[in-house]
Amino acid sequence: MIATLLKLFWLFAILSMLAFGGGAGVMPDIQRAAVETYRWMTAKEFLDMFAISRAAPGPGSLIVLLIGQKAAGLPGAAVSFVAMFLPSCLVVHALARFWHRAGQAAWRETVERALAPVAIGLTFASGLALMRSTESEYVQYGVTIAGAGVFAFTRIGPLYMLAAGAGAMLLARLMA
Amino acid sequence: MANREVVRPTLLSLFLGFAHIGMMSFGGGLAAWTRREVVQTRGWLTEQQFLSGYALSQLVPGATNVNLAVFIGTQMRGVPGALACFLGLTALPVAIVLGAGALYLGTHGGNVWVGVALSGMGAVALGMNLGLGVRLAIINLRRIGPALVTLCIAVGIGVLRLPLPVVLAVMMPISLAIAKWGRPV
Repeated sequence: MIATLLKLFWLFAILSMLAFGGGAGVMPDIQRAAVETYRWMTAKEFLDMFAISRAAPGPGSLIVLLIGQKAAGLPGAAVSFVAMFLPSCLVVHALARFWHRAGQAAWRETVERALAPVAIGLTFASGLALMRSTESEYVQYGVTIAGAGVFAFTRIGPLYMLAAGAGAMLLARLMA
Repeated sequence: MANREVVRPTLLSLFLGFAHIGMMSFGGGLAAWTRREVVQTRGWLTEQQFLSGYALSQLVPGATNVNLAVFIGTQMRGVPGALACFLGLTALPVAIVLGAGALYLGTHGGNVWVGVALSGMGAVALGMNLGLGVRLAIINLRRIGPALVTLCIAVGIGVLRLPLPVVLAVMMPISLAIAKWGRPV
């Protein structure tokens, strides 16, 4: 039990520090560790947990709770949560303090202007990477692209869009 | 730019604001919800402040949206603010995910149709994030230089699968040069 908790802690502490560009980037590493290296679960169980954590409200990286829960119960979930979020939160916190202290400095204004196109580029990049790693059916691609268009160009509420996406997938499965 | 010190939100409103973001973001799409709440509804940040915070949150390792919450909380109210935003964003979702996990582990497998519906919601949420990219691009990329920076990063990482640190090591200096010496927007 203690050994499992330590493994969980190390795994997520290290992966969270490697997750440049967001948690989705290390999802394949988490899968490999949980399924192949430590055999905490089957590949299908991992995919189900991925779906649960994606669909539930909140950050998708909460999947670490489910993996910890499967491997070592509630203590496992708690250890995984702390290991996944504490290190990166401390880094961001330090960065935010530094940023705040820069106040209205001219260089901060310049860097902020330089970061805007970077943020938008990374948004597209992570969206495309996630599409490739989590979607395999044409219907899913279609739903994603339609969702992007509707979100960008209309004022339709996101909750209606989510319901429509779920409906579209169910309909496609019924007709297949 | 307006001085933000004047409208510092209270800890409670930070907590509630991010709790709202966390609970609305079924299937992901948190960045879109965060911008809506923080820039449009509550006016805590300007568009440019949000964008730079969002960029930094993506550059620092870890979950982007959790990073963004901590970044905004720290800017607004230091350590207590960071904690308020982090707890607001995660508290209820943690309870829901743990509950769903217990149900799932209890039933050994879960319902197929629920899985199909979830995958549809996930696909839409992914689309919302891409749609946010489109919206932000239309609003913020009014010149060719920054637009090319965005395009190179999106294609380099998203399509060609080049490593993110390499792409940024090339594009960040270019973007800085454009911001410093390019014509103002």
